[in-house]
Order: sequence, then C-alpha cells, then structure tokens
Amino acid sequence: MWQWFHKLGSPKWFFGIATRFMPWLLAGGLLLLAAGLTWGLAFAPEDYLQGNSYRIIFIHVPSAFLAQSIYISMAVAAVVTLVWRMKLADVFVKAIAPVGLVFTFLSLFTGAVWGKPTWGTWWVWDARLTSMLILLFLYGGVIALDRAINDEKSAARAVAVLVLVGVVNIPIIKYSVDWWNTLHQPATFKLTEKPTMPMEMWLPLLLSVLGLYLLFGWLTCIRMKTEILIREQRTRWVRELVMAGGK
Amino acid sequence: MGSAGGALIKPVEQGVSPLSAMGAVFGRDVRVAFRQRQDLLNPLLFFVMVVSLFPLGVSPEVSFLQQSGAGILWVAALLAVLLSLDHLFRHDFDDGTLEQLVLQPQPLFLLVLAKTLAHWMLTGLPLVILAPVLGVMVHLDGNSIAILCLTLLIGTPVLSLIGSIGAALTLGLRSAGVLLSLLIIPLYIPVLIFGTGTVAAAAEGAPVGGYLALMGAFLVLALTLAPFASAAALRISLSNS
Repeated sequence: MWQWFHKLGSPKWFFGIATRFMPWLLAGGLLLLAAGLTWGLAFAPEDYLQGNSYRIIFIHVPSAFLAQSIYISMAVAAVVTLVWRMKLADVFVKAIAPVGLVFTFLSLFTGAVWGKPTWGTWWVWDARLTSMLILLFLYGGVIALDRAINDEKSAARAVAVLVLVGVVNIPIIKYSVDWWNTLHQPATFKLTEKPTMPMEMWLPLLLSVLGLYLLFGWLTCIRMKTEILIREQRTRWVRELVMAGGK
Repeated sequence: MGSAGGALIKPVEQGVSPLSAMGAVFGRDVRVAFRQRQDLLNPLLFFVMVVSLFPLGVSPEVSFLQQSGAGILWVAALLAVLLSLDHLFRHDFDDGTLEQLVLQPQPLFLLVLAKTLAHWMLTGLPLVILAPVLGVMVHLDGNSIAILCLTLLIGTPVLSLIGSIGAALTLGLRSAGVLLSLLIIPLYIPVLIFGTGTVAAAAEGAPVGGYLALMGAFLVLALTLAPFASAAALRISLSNS
C-alpha cells in the first residue's frame, strides 16, 4: 500500500501507467456512453408528463454528477498536496479544475434548456440551480488563483488552501441555499431508496453516468500527462521520450 | 555534556504570552490605522454611496425600498468590507512587518486573528453604527433596523474572517483586488442569505431567534477555522515573494 503510495509520487511512473490505461478508459467510456445515450434518447419510454423533453436528463444528470465529484476529488488531492507535498496531487488539481468548470457549465446549460419546456423559463433562482452556479464561481476562483501565481509550488499550495476552504463551505452554501423553497425535483439517485423512475429510464442513465466518468478519467490522464511534460521538461526521461518520438 | 548543551537552548521570548502578543498586534494595527484616517473613512463613504445608488438607479418608491432595503444595505456592507480587505496585510507585506510576524514564537494564527479583529473593529463596526441612518433613508421601520443592525453585528466579523483568507492568498499578486473578490464572494453568500433572511422574517413577524443562532454558528465556525487557513495562506504567499 505504502509502496504504491510512494510510486504515485513519481510523475514518470504515472506517465507510464496513464499511457497504458488510457485506451481502456476511452474505449469503455465511449462504449458505455454510446449505449446509455442511444438507449436513453431513442428507446427509453416517453415521460407521461414531460414527453420527450425529459431525455435531456441523460446528459444533464451525468454532467451534474461529475461537476460535484470533481470538486470533491480536488479537495482530496488538496489535502495530499498540503500534507505530503506530492507532486502528482497538484498536477491533478490543476488538470481537472477547468474540466470541472466545463461540466458545471454544461449541467447549468442543459438544465436551462430543460427548464424552458418544463418550467416555462430558462432560469429560476431555485436552490439547486443557485448552488450549482456558486460551484461554478468556486471553480472560476480556483482557476483564476492558479493562473495568477507564477511560482508553481506556491500556486499549488495556495490553490489547495482555497479548495479546502471551498469544500468546507459547500455544505453551508448548499444548506443556506436550500433554505429557499425549491422548485427542482429531488435527487435522482439515492443509495438508500429504490429509484422512483422506471428501470428502462434509470438503467440508461446509470450507463451514461458511468461512461462519462470513464471519459473523464481519460481526459484527466491526457491533461495530467501534458502538465507533467511541461513541468518535467528539463528531466532526462522527458528528453529521451521526445527524442524517441513519444514512444 | 548533552544535558548542558540542552540547557543552552532557551525558549525565545519567554516573557510574551500569546495573548499579550495578540494585544500588541491589535493595538498596533489600530494605532497605525488612526494615523491614516482617510483609509478608515473610505469604506464608509463607499457604503453610503452604493446604498444611495439604488433609489437613484432602481426606484425611490417607498414600497420598493422597504422591501429591498435590508438586502441593499447588506450587499453594500459586503462590498465595502471586500474593498477594505486589500489593506489588511498589504502595508505590512510591503514594509516587511509581516515577515517579522511570521517569525514570532507565538502561533501565527493567533496574530492573524488579532489583525482580523482589528480590521473588523475599524471597518465592520463603523458600518454597523452607520447602518441605522441608512436604514431610515430606505424607510425601514424601527424593528427591522434593530434586527438589521444585529445581523450586521454578527455577520460583518464573519466577512472579515473569511476575507482574511482571500487577502492572504492574493497577497503580492498582480490585480489582487479583482482576484480577491472572485475568490471571496462565493464564500460570502451564506452570510448574505441569512443576514437578509433574518430581517425578512422579522418583517413578517416570525421569530428570529433561530436565524440569529445560525448566524452565530457561522461566526463561531469562522472564528475557529478562518485564522488557520489565513495563517497557512500567509506562509505560502510569503514564501512566494
């Protein structure tokens, strides 16, 4: 376990592992996402109330899932950065913050598109929409701070502090925003309860969520590899890698 | 030999307790601030000006002002605190005092807490004192004004405390002011919601004890956690420069 943890500190080791895993992540992600989306968009039954417009759920819910879990994983990596000063952890935070921002935006955007036919308006100041909007602001702050500090090490540690302050605040923000009455439907997935939607809708949704997670993993590998190459450009293994044509 | 060597290492600054060090930092910040009085007045002027923009820009109708007055005052106070945060560590950073503070044997988070409390006393508290006047100008009734001042009294220290983290993180950066706002505004949202929510509840005649207790909880949470985060951020920013 500790040896594995130790290895994780080595960018070179991660570079090799990531290169080996990436095709699988990509293939699995595309396959699951394609299956989930085809099933969901073409074959799943229509909603008796919302008609076909509900089908945007197959994009909306997966991106909202990722938007939140990316921030949580950033917070875990931030702890690792501050406590163990592990290089890969701050590469990870730096690589995925913009991805999290994009997914948050995507879930807000698809939500707006869905809201128009369902609620009759693009935007309502409802609890869950607002807390997603605030999450978008938090991502924006993290990225802005990272760009503003030139020194790599201080940038990583400052961002880690900010991410942790944010993660302490997220439940508070969520609670205080929930304090308004909510128009949004309750959460789609609950571990403790049986799904309220029929199996034919729930399963394709699950597939798209898993598929998007795998694709996110692939994207993370690419972005982390790029960041590692930039940071380690003066080391020997990177030079040899480039000389060998990336093989 | 070993024991003699150990005895040579005396605890540094043995006489100064953390509490009196906090007092010294607090007193110094207040004294320095009173030597540049204009800096003390600026956030207050800003507060008054922002509040007066709303009747001019939206509507001077009594009904509108009564309904949104508490929100306007809260937003204006929040922005005023935000603007003043840049000063919290800036001067000490520029002249090197901050590095001396970091080198003190007393825990840094306590010294940061003292600085933040001084900041609140010099900006937050005057805002609270000024708020009733503006409350009358936006036609709030007496009860609402009292509740509003109470929420500001509990809420503005939270703003200073959370803001100190942002000020420490952005210390010495280009365009630190805008960046500071970007980092801190999302974290201010809960305080704003409960601050204005309390006044709204009071206007409807609902009991406000629960809301005030929650705001008090925010204050306690910020008091216990924010100084640690700011102290960590200060160390990072100082190692950066």
